[in-house]
Amino acid sequence: MFAVEMRGIVKRFGDLVANDHINFELKQGEVHALLGENGAGKTTLMRILYGLYHADEGSIFVNGQQVSITSPKDAIALGIGMVSQHFTLVPPLTVAENVVLGYNPGIRLNPQQIQRRVAEAAERFGIEVKSDALVRHLSVGERQRVEILKALYRNARVLIMDEPTAVLVPQEVDILFETLLRLQREGLSVVFISHKLNEVMTICDRITVLRNGKNVGTVFKQDVSQSKLAQMMVGRETFGVTRQGERIQGEPVLRIENVSAVDNKGLPALKSVSLEVASGEILGIAGVSGNGQSELTHVLSGTMKPTSGKILVDGQDITGADPATITCAGVGRIPEDRHGGVVGELTVAENMTLETLDEYTQNGMLDRKRMLEYTNTLIEEFQIKARPTDRARTLSGGNMQKLILARTLARQPKVVLAAQPTRGLDVGATEYVRKKLLEQRERGAAVLLISEDLDEIMALSDRIAVIYEGKIVGILDAHEATPEKLGLLMTGAREVVSHA
Amino acid sequence: MLKFRIERAPSPVWMRPLLPLLAVLITFVVTSVFILLANANPLTAYYYYLTSPFTNRVSMIEILVKATPLILTGASVTIAFASGYWNIGAEGQLYAGALAAAWIGTVVGGWHPVLAILAMLLGGFLAGMVWASIPALLKVKLAVDEVVTTLLLNSVIVFIISALLNGPWRDPVSGWPQSPTIADSAVFPKLIPRSRLHLGFVVAVVMVLLIWFILSKTPLGLRMRASGLGQEAARFMGVNIQRTMLIAALLSGGIAGLAGVGEVAGIHFHLIDALSNGLGYTGIIAATLGGLNPFGAGVAAIFLGLLDTGAQSVSRSLGVPIFLGNVVQSTLLLVTLGVFMLQNYRIRRV
Ligand SMILES: Nc1ncnc2c1ncn2[C@@H]1O[C@H](COP(=O)(O)OP(=O)(O)OP(=O)(O)O)[C@@H](O)[C@H]1O
Ligand SMILES: [Mg+2]
Repeated sequence: MFAVEMRGIVKRFGDLVANDHINFELKQGEVHALLGENGAGKTTLMRILYGLYHADEGSIFVNGQQVSITSPKDAIALGIGMVSQHFTLVPPLTVAENVVLGYNPGIRLNPQQIQRRVAEAAERFGIEVKSDALVRHLSVGERQRVEILKALYRNARVLIMDEPTAVLVPQEVDILFETLLRLQREGLSVVFISHKLNEVMTICDRITVLRNGKNVGTVFKQDVSQSKLAQMMVGRETFGVTRQGERIQGEPVLRIENVSAVDNKGLPALKSVSLEVASGEILGIAGVSGNGQSELTHVLSGTMKPTSGKILVDGQDITGADPATITCAGVGRIPEDRHGGVVGELTVAENMTLETLDEYTQNGMLDRKRMLEYTNTLIEEFQIKARPTDRARTLSGGNMQKLILARTLARQPKVVLAAQPTRGLDVGATEYVRKKLLEQRERGAAVLLISEDLDEIMALSDRIAVIYEGKIVGILDAHEATPEKLGLLMTGAREVVSHA
Repeated sequence: MLKFRIERAPSPVWMRPLLPLLAVLITFVVTSVFILLANANPLTAYYYYLTSPFTNRVSMIEILVKATPLILTGASVTIAFASGYWNIGAEGQLYAGALAAAWIGTVVGGWHPVLAILAMLLGGFLAGMVWASIPALLKVKLAVDEVVTTLLLNSVIVFIISALLNGPWRDPVSGWPQSPTIADSAVFPKLIPRSRLHLGFVVAVVMVLLIWFILSKTPLGLRMRASGLGQEAARFMGVNIQRTMLIAALLSGGIAGLAGVGEVAGIHFHLIDALSNGLGYTGIIAATLGGLNPFGAGVAAIFLGLLDTGAQSVSRSLGVPIFLGNVVQSTLLLVTLGVFMLQNYRIRRV
């Protein structure tokens, strides 16, 4: 008997079949990975299990009983909990209040009592959170723990985690895995969605791979390798993408001179950062998340003004300029949060052309025909799974990222600013994005790659700058950079004078 | 035991036109209590409510007369809300337009009617724009929340007008607190003889077409919708949010100003301080019911005009207190809003 069994699940969105007769079985007490390319239908399947979507066909069994799940309330009653990527916590409330919210018998809340109960629960499940802390003071990792506690508090026996590690720093991933393994020993069943194959191989017992909405196989971890999984996912073999050839000594195109900035709390986040990126090179910025990468991205994108310093593109001063001016100056921007780079309610074509609307205007009117034609060309060139008239929010993560990539790179920018370009992307899409960035380098663009993924930085960069507490603490040439050296710099162990 | 639950699922398309009818039905059930308390037969009352506006030519046309300012304020609110600018000030902007029209109407005496009416429209539009520009500039320059400022300015202009009407502008002939009657050349021509339906209705339809055109056909409109639907992302994509909102706010104010012009030049022929009595606020309801779609808002405005007309004839013909009509009307508004919200849910048996 399975903790959960889904049989013949079909879900259609218009004429798109997101889930195509999927069978999925979750054993009692296992951690079961759900793998698949962006848009394969993983989130859709789990949203059906959690009652957020309704399957067009198929049936669901929980502990051998056929059930009808029409809302998350049903799912919770059946012991199913879900931690989605976008948290559903109320920031001004305390942890305890958030945990009991909507699950408090009676109307009156007794603060002391719920605090004690939640603290007890946290203790019992071994989840480290302070029950009286305000959620808005918590880090992303801590918030995620609150979400897990919230599910367990509602007696979840099955926990669905949709890309839980995409937002975590390595240390938090370790804590999450410890927690999950302990809960697993106590009989909790976990569905674990991730694009990171090494994580899947670390924590999961069995793996189900989806491709184009179909289940292409469920395997035991010991029977597969990472490359076998990658092959199952994309239907072909994948090879890591790495930089080829030495850097051609180009002219510096992007110059950042002594730039400082404050974060949204008004605290210093960038401290006199100076960098130069030459044409034809990729400069990687490595660092543990929260050390000023976001602010650097915003300052360069025109969505935040620096407090001092200068930014020049090809000699043109773009310090504090707005996004439109920066785009015109030849900077192509890939934002760290792709949802901040597209308007979900507008169509793919509208998002594709909004930056350059003047080119699609005739006699003061939008030239819809040309907008669609242009979008179709890019959809084909960048293999985006979407129609020009689809609303952007219906795109899977990978396809949304491709949309931004297409929009940005099609204009052949002089400078490419890529922030976390492969966050949340599947192996195939990751490979694709990296290939595109290398193409830009070949073309002679100056690429600034900001990433928390050290492997990505090492595979692509000609030079690597390390950012720590808002300062550049070292710049290394690719061949002198080792994970150990970078790791030391990233944790602020010592300052290295640049000789790159 | 039977158990039901509500789940999220959009209602099928064929049901949408039935929703207003459903709302009317629910309202009648709810309000029959009050009508019984007023010693009238609810069934008779509702019969009048629904049919009386259609029983004669005058009241059928009256629906459109009542709808005219609502179409304009609905359009005004639509373009602002669609751009993410929460203009609650259509009421005040309407008064600004009315004020301008009442003044222009007294100085265009000898002019050719075409010129006089153009001057009225232009002046009213500009006045609405100017009044709207105060909160709009505060918003885009100093990031002052527009909901508060637009709302506050509504009372301010009503006070200004009251002061004018009770002071320097009091009509010397009648002695009432109303402005002098506007010149004949400034009066809006009637669209249908022996009715109150005036040129303002045409202006309203043109404005609906205009904002539909702007929102769906022009780059400006796309930028407006982008900043309304996702301000941060739109900013990232180089949309100048400040400028876009400013334009939306000014257009919105101008269109609301036209509603004021219509009420002065087509209905009252002078300015009184009870000229609007909430037309600007009802415009918010029209825009919301219309789903921030210009045509939707127009249809909703006509529906609201029907309610208004019906409410008046019910109290007239049944001798029930006049405010009973308002009770029915306000209940209907609430129920309609509720029904429109609930159309995204379905009740299922479990
Ligand atoms: N609400 C929706 N309306 C229309 N299409 C949708 C909707 N939700 C998902 N889709 C489509 O269904 C397909 C599967 O999407 P889903 O989100 O399940 O993918 P996924 O496997 O979770 O991908 P990712 O790894 O990028 O998160 C995609 O093509 C997506 O565009
Ligand atoms: Mg997903």
